[in-house]
Amino acid sequence: MDARNGDRRIGVYVCHCGTNIAATVDVKAVAEYAAALPGVVVSREYKYMCSDPGQELIRQDIVEQKLNRVVVAACSPLLHEETFRGAVAKGGLNPFCFQMVNIREHDSWVHQDRQRATEKAIALVRAAIRRVALHKPLEKKRVSIHPDVLIVGGGIAGIHAALTLANAGKHVYLVEREPTIGGNMAKFDKTFPTLDCAACILTPKMTAVKKHPNITLWTLSEVTHVEGYVGNFEVAVTRKPRYINEELCVGCLECIEACVYKQAKVPDEFNLGLGKRRPIYISFPQAVPQIPVIDPETCIDFKSGRCKKTCIEACGDRHAVDLKQQPKQETIKVGAIILATGYQTFDARKVPDYGYGVYPNVYTAPEVERLINASGPTGGEVIMRDGRKPQSIGIIHCVGSRDENTNRWCSRVCCMYSLKLAHLLKERTGAEVYNFYIDMRAAGKAYEEFYHKLLEEGVHMIRSRVAEVTDWAMTPEEEGKLVMRAEDTLISFVRRVPVDMVVLSVGLVPHEDAQDVRRLFNISCSSEGWFLERHPKLAPVNTFTDGIFIAGACQAPKDIPDAVGQAGSAAAEAMVLIDTGYVEMEPNTAYILEEECSGCKTCIPLCPYSAITFLSDKKVAQINEVLCKGCGTCVAACPSGSIKQNLFEDEEILEEIQGVLANA
Amino acid sequence: MPEKELESPRAVQNGFEPKIVAFFCNWCTYLAADLAGTSRIKYAPNIRVIRTMCSGRVDPQFVLEAFARGADGVLIGGCHPGDCHYQEGNYKTLRRVLGEMGIEDERFRLEWISASEAERLKVAVNDMVEKVRALGPLRLEIKAEHFPEEVAA
Amino acid sequence: MTEPAAVPKNPKPKVAFYWCASCGGCEETVLDLDERVLDVVVAVNIVFWPVALDFKRHHVEALPDGSVLAAFVNGAVRTTEQQEMAHLLRKKAKVLVALGSCAQLGGIPGLANLSSREGILQSSYCESPSTVNPEKVFPQTLYKENGQSVSLPGLFETVRSLDQVVDVDYYLPGCPPTPKLLWDAVHVLLGSELPPKGTVLAPDRALCEECPRKDTRPEKLTLKEFKRPQDVLIDEETCMLAQGVVCLGPATRSGCEALCPQGNMPCTGCFGPTSRVRDYGAKALSAISSIIDSNDPEEIEKIVQTVPDPVGTFYRYSLPSSLLRRRKLAPAAKL
Repeated sequence: MDARNGDRRIGVYVCHCGTNIAATVDVKAVAEYAAALPGVVVSREYKYMCSDPGQELIRQDIVEQKLNRVVVAACSPLLHEETFRGAVAKGGLNPFCFQMVNIREHDSWVHQDRQRATEKAIALVRAAIRRVALHKPLEKKRVSIHPDVLIVGGGIAGIHAALTLANAGKHVYLVEREPTIGGNMAKFDKTFPTLDCAACILTPKMTAVKKHPNITLWTLSEVTHVEGYVGNFEVAVTRKPRYINEELCVGCLECIEACVYKQAKVPDEFNLGLGKRRPIYISFPQAVPQIPVIDPETCIDFKSGRCKKTCIEACGDRHAVDLKQQPKQETIKVGAIILATGYQTFDARKVPDYGYGVYPNVYTAPEVERLINASGPTGGEVIMRDGRKPQSIGIIHCVGSRDENTNRWCSRVCCMYSLKLAHLLKERTGAEVYNFYIDMRAAGKAYEEFYHKLLEEGVHMIRSRVAEVTDWAMTPEEEGKLVMRAEDTLISFVRRVPVDMVVLSVGLVPHEDAQDVRRLFNISCSSEGWFLERHPKLAPVNTFTDGIFIAGACQAPKDIPDAVGQAGSAAAEAMVLIDTGYVEMEPNTAYILEEECSGCKTCIPLCPYSAITFLSDKKVAQINEVLCKGCGTCVAACPSGSIKQNLFEDEEILEEIQGVLANA
Repeated sequence: MPEKELESPRAVQNGFEPKIVAFFCNWCTYLAADLAGTSRIKYAPNIRVIRTMCSGRVDPQFVLEAFARGADGVLIGGCHPGDCHYQEGNYKTLRRVLGEMGIEDERFRLEWISASEAERLKVAVNDMVEKVRALGPLRLEIKAEHFPEEVAA
Repeated sequence: MTEPAAVPKNPKPKVAFYWCASCGGCEETVLDLDERVLDVVVAVNIVFWPVALDFKRHHVEALPDGSVLAAFVNGAVRTTEQQEMAHLLRKKAKVLVALGSCAQLGGIPGLANLSSREGILQSSYCESPSTVNPEKVFPQTLYKENGQSVSLPGLFETVRSLDQVVDVDYYLPGCPPTPKLLWDAVHVLLGSELPPKGTVLAPDRALCEECPRKDTRPEKLTLKEFKRPQDVLIDEETCMLAQGVVCLGPATRSGCEALCPQGNMPCTGCFGPTSRVRDYGAKALSAISSIIDSNDPEEIEKIVQTVPDPVGTFYRYSLPSSLLRRRKLAPAAKL
């Protein structure tokens, strides 16, 4: 197709970029070479193409020389492609009839031999000229944005994002699968380094959520299906029944008092099984919403149909108890989604050497939080499972973290919470406290100072990796104790430290169902299972799926300040979308030639963005233009060549290949 | 370690400079190459980069076309954005085909280079250039640009 | 002045058939028209058909240039004689049709491009197990004895498709083309409106479109291994690929009514690519490796190895027309 350049009038601009390009590449020679190529009508070199006069050159030439294609050889397109597309558009030409050549980052800045660098520039410019001749005019597509936002997860990150958006006037759906919001933070006693009471700083925010007119709070609810694309998500939410009518309940909690179960018998989830509750319960005193839940697995009326239903009696003329309540399906439309689903802690049974689940007095850190909490199962007293109070306590750092056998990552918060627990336990019990650590990670604001303060309190710091916790006594002192065997690396000595209570500082791990959740929302997970951010440094709350953001520990282990920071960031990103009102799609999407598609289905599973569906009536494949991100995988894979991609057509790329290799 | 000048004695001897066509994906390897540029990391000038949005766009036909048009080597630079693993199977099968056609393994290379790995890019490019230089020019008997001349009718 | 010889009214169009490096299957296709071949014979004047009629080369040379309406040439070009005949028929025919995979793409003989002339002569005349040739006698192009000489056509190093030798007007794909395809093509060529030059006279969609097993291919098909037809009992109704059998239907042009799948065998790709594809084998390879179910490079390697002989599988009929054309020759060999 040497008629390829038949009616093409191509303008070529080679930038000096001061001396950045010109010092290494002979820009004059490149411009002269280009001038002689078929279809090239004007070929210039200029000091700074991205400057106003530089761009004006392009605009003027388009008008005066009637150019219909433009090539600029300069820096990286990732820097200035938009700039030059704008200049082309100003000249009245479609901005996609333009190709940029990178002769700076990819040439003058990385090579030294002037002749070779110039040869390379010439080859790349030649290729671009051949390619641009085939470019077709294209339009950027605009998609409108629905102004509501969905936030999944009602922990501190979700709560903060919800309040931020709501205060900005946006309508937010906050969906939480537990009966109350508050997440993991609600279970803590105190927070490091200030030793603020977790509930005291959290509950005002929780109440603010409840009261806010712009927040629709759905607890005991889960997202079951997500469809659509940025700005236009359609989400199905299942609201599970709590058997109490939220509209009618006033939160007096008399139904709980009145339950036929005089003694609480059911293991209490909020207290991690350490305490007991009744079948009708509220997670914790400051739960939001302040509405009880009935557990159908343990409630007598559900199991046998025969109960005095004293709860209904106690409710009286409010009639809030509704044992016939059914799950409710809701469908909502939102423009942006923030996932703040948090974390769970490492299952300590996976490290059998530490005896969790075997020795009753081995606890995980979250369990200890509940023990020392005043509204916990022991009223804030540190009483072990065997009824005793400990006089010596060992705390093992890095359980399930920094370990090839379990998880490689550092869970970031454990050193700090281990120090916090050391302080609180010592204060509460007066016991000897031993922290077994590998490194002391106290990197946040005032963290190192907290650590220092602790050192002055007489907590024993032993730098070691505990090999095992055992009840095999080797000396009389060890009888009835749990012996922690560890090599103290600072003195190169293996020690046996007998204690009454062992606390395992378990690491943070992704939720068990993180993979299911990420598939639901069409985002990715990193290889460790945390939700994948678009860029670890510059885009930590964006995902590769436009319109879906992540915040808090679900992205990676982090402490509360960082979770709150990310939550605000995600809220801001969502606000950018909504306030702009529309989103523009780069026109490099793939499209199927419906007439030519044979329905072989090869392309369907290949799309990383699930943009291709099979139409069962026409028996051909179809690409959703808005979901398509233009990766081109389907285009390359289509065995009959029936999928094409705007801006990256086969012919365009083949011309580029021929261009770089042609000798003339 | 100081930057070494990239002229190998052999190259100066034979005068053969391999021509390598590189397909870099926009989000990863292309960015790594940009980063090499801003960091002024020097590497062999033998590669010619063709930008695609993702390494998945690299049709095996492009690889074959590059060889047929005179490339001595083809390099694909990509990344693993979540589920894009089908490239690996494609690459391995294509490599076997090229092997049976007498094109040595070292001439066709797939590298997973993420956006921050400029140093890795330099090492991969230099290594490939050296390996292909040692193999010599590919010199296929029938080059694609001569196809139109064939028909004497 | 004598009267010019009376020109017969509406002379029957002339048609020629020739075979180059071929198995004869394409000639069979003409005969497989069964009784319809009589209609053909009535409508046209066959002026050259080595397998069936006694015309010689010099008869063709005597015809005026362009006087043959259509010449159907099957087989790939690998000898000097075939090349000469191709040029000759191109001169004498208005329309030159490449009949069958060998003429269109290079065909099965095209796999010789994995070897060399020397290699082929060695293996055929010396090394093959059933050959006894202790004196290493090889065919030669010219042999003289007693003042007389006999000659044989020369063997090229590289097998070529017909359009790599002469300008081709139309292609009839298939190994061989089905009688139906041939019948339709003859009608088109005898008709008034000829399709654009270079058209392949078959639909331009992949085989899956007309395969009766189409609906049984799942939308998300992934495999841990590929099976060869002789290794499994192939279910007669389910998509071949879904059963792990390598079937090139997705990459192959339709028009054969999926005869091979209907015969419970997978498609091997004889109809070649659609018009939107330049290198058939590359797309066939894509269709197969995109089904591999693994993220682990080692496992992927193992699965890829379950397709033995990738060139033979993906380029069975199309090696000469591929982008690389042939295996690179060892340095000593000459073209």
